[in-house]
Amino acid sequence: MRNAAGLRPSVLEEARDVAAFSHLLANLVRRDLTVRYKRSVLGFFWTMLNPLLLMIILSVVFSTVFRFAVKHFEVYFLSAYLGWTFFAQTTTGAMSSLAWNGALMKRVRVPKVIFAFSTVLSGLANLGLSCVPLFAIMFIVGAPLTPALLFLPVSFLILAVFVFGVSLGMSAAAVYFDDVAQMYGVALMGLMYLTPIFYPIEIIPQKYLWLIRLNPLVYLFELARAPIYKGCMPSLHDVVISAACAVVAMVVGTTVFRRLAPGFYRHL
Amino acid sequence: MTTSPAIEFCNVTMRYRLPDRRIPTLKEWAIQRLTAKLRYNDFLALQDVTFTADGGETLGIIGANGAGKSTLLRVAAGILAPSAGEAVVRGRVAPIIELGTGFDPELSGRENIFFNGALLGRSRAEMRRRFDEIVEFSALANFIDMPLRTYSTGMVARLAFSVATTVDADIYLLDEVLSVGDESFGMRCQERIERFRRDGGTILLVSHNLPTVERLCRQALWLHEGRVMARGPAPEVVGQYHAGAFSPSFAGRFEGG
Ligand SMILES: Nc1ncnc2c1ncn2[C@@H]1O[C@H](COP(=O)(O)OP(=O)(O)OP(=O)(O)O)[C@@H](O)[C@H]1O
Ligand SMILES: [Mg+2]
Repeated sequence: MRNAAGLRPSVLEEARDVAAFSHLLANLVRRDLTVRYKRSVLGFFWTMLNPLLLMIILSVVFSTVFRFAVKHFEVYFLSAYLGWTFFAQTTTGAMSSLAWNGALMKRVRVPKVIFAFSTVLSGLANLGLSCVPLFAIMFIVGAPLTPALLFLPVSFLILAVFVFGVSLGMSAAAVYFDDVAQMYGVALMGLMYLTPIFYPIEIIPQKYLWLIRLNPLVYLFELARAPIYKGCMPSLHDVVISAACAVVAMVVGTTVFRRLAPGFYRHL
Repeated sequence: MTTSPAIEFCNVTMRYRLPDRRIPTLKEWAIQRLTAKLRYNDFLALQDVTFTADGGETLGIIGANGAGKSTLLRVAAGILAPSAGEAVVRGRVAPIIELGTGFDPELSGRENIFFNGALLGRSRAEMRRRFDEIVEFSALANFIDMPLRTYSTGMVARLAFSVATTVDADIYLLDEVLSVGDESFGMRCQERIERFRRDGGTILLVSHNLPTVERLCRQALWLHEGRVMARGPAPEVVGQYHAGAFSPSFAGRFEGG
């Protein structure tokens, strides 16, 4: 092993390094998932029940109080909400994971990106699992389950790349500054309202529509909403924009992470 | 016959760069940045450190607190990148820098063994193969399925030492870890280190226990304020360290150098 000043491993070498630590990756993911499923009272069932209960509450609140004229509102809502949960939980989870494992990085040589990566993988597993109650709900309310659903893995994969990029950048910044996590929490809340998750995009006044269109999540969530809710493939336009957003997030996130990582020792 | 040394440090300098006061928040950083008041203090924890350790050698590293010994091991382990110079390490490294790091108190001893092996970059297959040996050496077989929070400090250290010294490695980086556990475990640690040496393993041993250094190491290196003061046969270096570090004239002697 050569450890020299100014010698920064290429992205490819870093990827190979992560692969060499695949056992650690598996362990981190498993630990994430067991903490989640084994240690809560209802365990696994809670993950299944949670969206069901949430759906009942929200469909009562939104369809009777706000009276959006959306057919199968539960399905409309969940088709984007699952992606939102994945996005929000994973990015915040990656920030705390890197901070918690700081002591570790001072004592053993592990690839630093592995913590964000494992958080994304376990988030993806949760996302996949939460499709089970979603499909159950769709079946119960009589929303059509179409072959377009086969596109979902691709939708989620593109979303996961985007989430990984954001996680890398945010987690590195959060190591440097204490207030990043708090500010991000506030930003997330605002972002949730700026994303058509529980309201139809039609209620946005025409003159603000451009603002909504600047939000990458709109396109990324549409990739899942089209097959789930509309029963059709997403438009090529949305797929291309989403993929581009994912690539940009990865490039920016990786660049930020690689720039900040050599200074982690000052803060951890 | 010439073989390349197992560890080769070439003019390694490690600069810790710290802002002159702690800037905890992004907001404050932005303000400082705009008003251009941000200053850094550079601290050289290692200065121009050059040495080699041959394969099979046990090299003792001694020096006062803050001399840079742990920093040197971190550079050798690849945990820190040097600010200047180059460190080349040939072989698989087992850094035993602080025992018990990466142990999860909620997980059982068994799960922690696998997790710790993973942290050292070892595969599941290797850990399966080594598992029994690890448990046996730690003498914790009766506790291995209990959560780690029920272990005593010494028991955790024993488990950690067992994992770290049972995985396949060519080089041990030992930072002040030979004093863990009770006396009988201490003896077994020493035996294990002896065996590793007989098998041709290379060791960098950091210790404040000078008799231990003299006993285990033929060669030693004395670090003072990040510089190499002496490198040679252990008794001589230890002698110089004694004579130098504890004489009143010493502090002034190397200043400004
Ligand atoms: N993360 C850090 N940021 C800034 N300075 C540091 C950091 N870690 C160590 N230092 C400084 O580097 C110097 C060398 O530290 P190091 O831990 O290598 O000493 P050491 O020789 O191992 O001491 P000890 O015998 O107490 O273990 C110390 O003066 C310390 O203040
Ligand atoms: Mg030390």
